[in-house]
Amino acid sequence: MFIDVSDLDYKELNDSIRDSIDCTLTNCCGQRFIAAGMSNKSITINGVPGNALGAYLNGATITVNANAQDAVGDTMNDGTIIIHGSIGDAAGYAMRGGKMFIRDNAGYRAGIHMKQYKEKIPLIVIGGTAGSFLGEYQAGGVIVVLGLGTQSQHIVGNFPCTGMHGGKMFLRGNCNNIKFPRQVSAKPANTDDLAEIRKYVSEYCELFGCNANEIMDSPFTVVTPDSKNPYKQMYVAN
Amino acid sequence: MSVEFVNPEFEVIRNDNRCIACRVCERQCANEVHLFDPDRGIILSDESKCVNCQRCVSLCPTRALKIVKNECRLRENANWSDSTIKEIYKQANSGGVLLSSMGNPNPLPVYWDKILINASQVTNPSIDPLREPMETKVFLGKKPDKITRNEDGSLNCELLTQLELSMPVMFSAMSYGSISYNAHASLARASKELGIFYNTGEGGLHEDFYCYGENTIVQVASGRFGVYEDYLEAGAAVEIKMGQGAKPGIGGHLPGAKIVGDVSRTRMIPEGSDAISPAPHHDIYSIEDLRQLVFSLKEATEYKKPIIVKVAAVHNIAAIASGIARSGADIIAIDGFRGGTGAAPTRIRDNVGIPIELALASVDQRLRDEGIRNNVSLVVGGSIRSASDVVKAIALGADACYIATAAVLALGCHLCRTCQTGKCNWGIATQRPELVKRLNPDMGAERLVNLMTAWQHEIKELMGGMGINSIESLRGNRLMLRGIGLTEKELEILGISHAGE
Repeated sequence: MFIDVSDLDYKELNDSIRDSIDCTLTNCCGQRFIAAGMSNKSITINGVPGNALGAYLNGATITVNANAQDAVGDTMNDGTIIIHGSIGDAAGYAMRGGKMFIRDNAGYRAGIHMKQYKEKIPLIVIGGTAGSFLGEYQAGGVIVVLGLGTQSQHIVGNFPCTGMHGGKMFLRGNCNNIKFPRQVSAKPANTDDLAEIRKYVSEYCELFGCNANEIMDSPFTVVTPDSKNPYKQMYVAN
Repeated sequence: MSVEFVNPEFEVIRNDNRCIACRVCERQCANEVHLFDPDRGIILSDESKCVNCQRCVSLCPTRALKIVKNECRLRENANWSDSTIKEIYKQANSGGVLLSSMGNPNPLPVYWDKILINASQVTNPSIDPLREPMETKVFLGKKPDKITRNEDGSLNCELLTQLELSMPVMFSAMSYGSISYNAHASLARASKELGIFYNTGEGGLHEDFYCYGENTIVQVASGRFGVYEDYLEAGAAVEIKMGQGAKPGIGGHLPGAKIVGDVSRTRMIPEGSDAISPAPHHDIYSIEDLRQLVFSLKEATEYKKPIIVKVAAVHNIAAIASGIARSGADIIAIDGFRGGTGAAPTRIRDNVGIPIELALASVDQRLRDEGIRNNVSLVVGGSIRSASDVVKAIALGADACYIATAAVLALGCHLCRTCQTGKCNWGIATQRPELVKRLNPDMGAERLVNLMTAWQHEIKELMGGMGINSIESLRGNRLMLRGIGLTEKELEILGISHAGE
């Protein structure tokens, strides 16, 4: 079902999505909160959706055939978000489940406070580069940054993994020039890691049509926190 | 004893003539103060572990125990008090940030105690609430700007979504994790019976308590623990926590050791992993960003739930509240600097924020001045201790009050202020099963209902004395208040006259 959303505000837009199962939104231009909290739907968006796309998403699939703005997948619990372009800041804030694939670049604070719980292990794959504070407070889940199509030496901005205390981050390249905080370990990926990375890269390549073998033909760095309890020693009872 | 020794704060006094060495005190003390010596057949005490929670005193069958302040003092002076010196020792021993529990204990002004309430004499007769109808019901949420009529001329009675309270008091946020399952069960049951609300705090909603959803406010804070669609749907309202009176400007941190079993499941994070709530919401750096979170929650709940924004009372609170009132929020909750906490850095708790009385008065006035008071309801907390505090708050401009310390006191808390240890002997601020079961949720709920019922009577009596028969007529009615012993500036901020004027 095609829905021309050029004259709809976000409330009307979401109402019309709720009334349908699978839909394609055309002429989308900055409407916020699209598909907030929704499940069991497949939504394709032509045009640029506004902030907080797929907030609290609970199982729907969203495909954006353009860039997306800030706070995509805020507190997402389940589902898939596919962005054929770049996204703004704070993507996947406190994301607990589901998957997010971004073909190109992500802004600041991607994957901030990402979590995981039991079978719910959220995944963010960023094809290009990520801005500063990637995976800040990361408490679970997996973040992959591939740095494709970039000439830059830095595939992530400043201060990645600040306050990280769970989950994993896979960065393509040897990351010698990236400064990580003290409480995390950055190591070259081993065979098991590479097998895991290949799984994510294959999914990425299937979505965006690129060659997984070419992407995998590179060293990868794995970043993990040293402790689940980074602040344990900070306090004294008074 | 070494240089690291910190003199115990309390002394355990055992009357040997009364003690029958039944060992109740030993079994009751999770801090392991009491110890039976089988050789001598007597009970010994290690007062260095005592927090003066009075559990042993209350349960000693022969009333043989008392806990008193240790008279062995350091050589204090007006600048260096015993506690200040001990804090230095503790930090020199450990290198740690001082961590405290419950509200600010320092002798800073309590404005409630400097405000007096009016009563009718001769003119405007007072009302006897036992014989005449008296309304304490309040509705929280955005109110329409003007009366509108339908096409047939009848009144348009459609309101935006509101919370209906039988009396202007709710239980404020305490997370499952910071308090026990039985404490939450008590709050939930009491709220349902009373027709008021309790608040999940940022710890998620235990699966057993979804059935109390109609009386539950679910919280969304910077860590987003336990937040997902079903949780948002379960509550009667959603509260965005921007700050807390006991620790404005900083986040929360539940240590991994407390993330076990049900707490881990309810927060939806792995056992043993620290639950860190960052200081800011990293997607909110402005009122416009706040508006975005407010409306994302409204969209996710299809505009069926009022959205509360909770902030700590800080210096520019009136301007902040004005922004929140324009953000689309339906209710603003303001938490004063004496508000309680399960754990906060001592320096923050004792030095950051402002009294709720001043914050409330300035916020109410500012919203009135700007003509946006009806955009929002105001809920205030941060040490509301009695029915008279509630009446004074309403008269200063609040729609309702949040209480938490008073509620846990009703459950048996003895304000020993060591919640952060997780060894609460009263079964409230603990997750240890043997301690949790000491709090019977049936009795807990009953005691909360008792407390609120008593307050409701007192509120009615105070209102009746003023000749007011509806809480609506008391709200913002500052003529009913007078200050005592306050400066011109304080009176100006509170918007009240001095007693005698």
